[in-house]
Amino acid sequence: MKIAVCIRRVPDTTAKITIAGGGTAIDPAGVKFVINPYDEFAVEAAIALKEAAGAGETVTIALGDDSVQETIRTTLAMGIDRAVHLQGTGSADGLATARVLADHLRGGGYDLILFGKLAVDDYGQQVGPMVAELLELPCATAITALEVADGSATVEREIEGGTEVATCPLPAVLTCDKGLNTPRLPGLKGIMAAKKKPLEVVPVEAAAGQATIVSLALPPERPAGRIVGEGAAAVPALIEALTSEAKVL
Amino acid sequence: MAGSSEYTGVDFYDMDSLLSEEERAVRDTVRQWVTEALIPVIGPAYIEGRFPKELIAGMAELGLFGANLPEEYGCAGLNNVAYGLIMQELERGDSGIRSFASVQGALVMYPIHAFGSEEQKQYWLPRLASGEEIGCFGLTEPDFGSNPGGMITTARETADGWVLNGTKMWITNGSQATVAIVWAKTGAIDDPKSVRGFIVPTSTPGFTGKDQHGKLSLRASDTSELHLQDVHVPKDALLPHSGGMKSPLKCLTQARYGIAWGGVGAAMACYDEARRYAMNRVMFDRPIAATQLQQERLAEMLTEITKGQLLSLQLGRLKDRGTMTPQQVSLAKRNNVNMACEVAREARRLLGANGILIEYHSMRHLANLESVYTYEGTHDMHSLILGQEITGIAAY
Repeated sequence: MKIAVCIRRVPDTTAKITIAGGGTAIDPAGVKFVINPYDEFAVEAAIALKEAAGAGETVTIALGDDSVQETIRTTLAMGIDRAVHLQGTGSADGLATARVLADHLRGGGYDLILFGKLAVDDYGQQVGPMVAELLELPCATAITALEVADGSATVEREIEGGTEVATCPLPAVLTCDKGLNTPRLPGLKGIMAAKKKPLEVVPVEAAAGQATIVSLALPPERPAGRIVGEGAAAVPALIEALTSEAKVL
Repeated sequence: MAGSSEYTGVDFYDMDSLLSEEERAVRDTVRQWVTEALIPVIGPAYIEGRFPKELIAGMAELGLFGANLPEEYGCAGLNNVAYGLIMQELERGDSGIRSFASVQGALVMYPIHAFGSEEQKQYWLPRLASGEEIGCFGLTEPDFGSNPGGMITTARETADGWVLNGTKMWITNGSQATVAIVWAKTGAIDDPKSVRGFIVPTSTPGFTGKDQHGKLSLRASDTSELHLQDVHVPKDALLPHSGGMKSPLKCLTQARYGIAWGGVGAAMACYDEARRYAMNRVMFDRPIAATQLQQERLAEMLTEITKGQLLSLQLGRLKDRGTMTPQQVSLAKRNNVNMACEVAREARRLLGANGILIEYHSMRHLANLESVYTYEGTHDMHSLILGQEITGIAAY
């Protein structure tokens, strides 16, 4: 089985974000970038499927400037076999990104194409399903369980008040949610081996997107917490605050 | 510098820009493992006075044991800066857990790699890297700590091997180890040149290891006494390339190198805890971080940590270049561990009454660091090593 995992490099969720001049992008200075956390579920799923099958190939695919190669190597360190860096500028328009990915994936002979359910930098949730559409493949989003057998995938999805089980033939596009698995840490040998794994660089030209970002704003700062007391003695004051101030009781 | 609840280290001087991508990746992996696997279990283990054995498999799987030894022996083949970062991150969790990894890597795997035969390396190193075998290092004796050359443990050659007799004390991992590197005199008792190293499986008849009880420090680490009574080992138990006190001292240089990094990690943990606490703890209607006294404490901690980080990093670059001297290691171990003791103490004080509870980390670090200050060459001995380096006169 040949599995593609499409990943994105995003600011660490613990990073302190400032908005760059112009107001439509974040200032990358001093910000730590990591693999999109949902993409880690996709990477883990790909590696685990190959391990279970005892054969196959796993490939990481990422669009971006050269800095994305560091993120790609994180996936190689976790155990992905090889990678393709689609060297170009990512777009705020999901369709523009999806077209670049679909053009590369088409004819690649992949049985499964995995994504994170969304990238935490823009919460777009577009690219995975759009790639499926462009490739005319079945798609299941936000999966929390996955089984592959006899040329088809069976997935579970968390829906309001319950769980949905769906199945589709391969090849298919799946986007992965938290709960699917526990991504492994890249071990030290994996980190050393990642340098030696193939990383193909393919320059790409992204079509101009139709959707553009007009402005970015940080959420209003949260007021500081308040300690109303300690131990059991704090309970009346806490109930009072939760009832009359927070109005949650 | 306020931020999320997750530990993200302390990096005031953009030290990250001095690290390679690989070094950062190693650091991040170990940091995350410490957060997810070590921190949740360390408090109860410390109170119970128990080494958390359940962590061994995870450490082995990540490849933390002997990580700077070559890949051909099942190790990760990292450079020494990456190795140092592992020690820093482990000691961010607990000095006892870092000690476990230091002993396994620097005091057991290193001497086998440096002084062992090819057969010994091929047999032991992969097993120690995978955690299948746990090692300990028997050098210190009840009456010979800072002066190990005075040891009275002996190894006498017989027709088919060696017979070892003696007692070792303050041995980390001693009671759980499956194999011990034992240093013993093969010649006259006043001849430190006759010291050789032996690989002794702890199941060998006559070998006993028993826990030392009553420790108020390194409680999540096994510290043991080893007794060797007529312990017969075959000829190939001898580390063929070991000879004289310089062999065990070379091992100590390796371990001390890691400790210089580890001290910084413990200090980073305490500073991080103190800073968060100061921002959240309200007294007189404002966070205690708004008071000059606590700000001065935090400023001092950050300054000393930053200096210690630069010290250990440059020491690592020297080690990777092959020019690091034992005296340079002494300076870094002495400075960084003493610094960590000071930072831990100030952090504990900033935490007020809460600071004496196990749910906070600073007092555990403070208690641990008193051992780290004392072992692997006491602070005072490192002063004398530096004194001798400066003046040419030995004062010990």
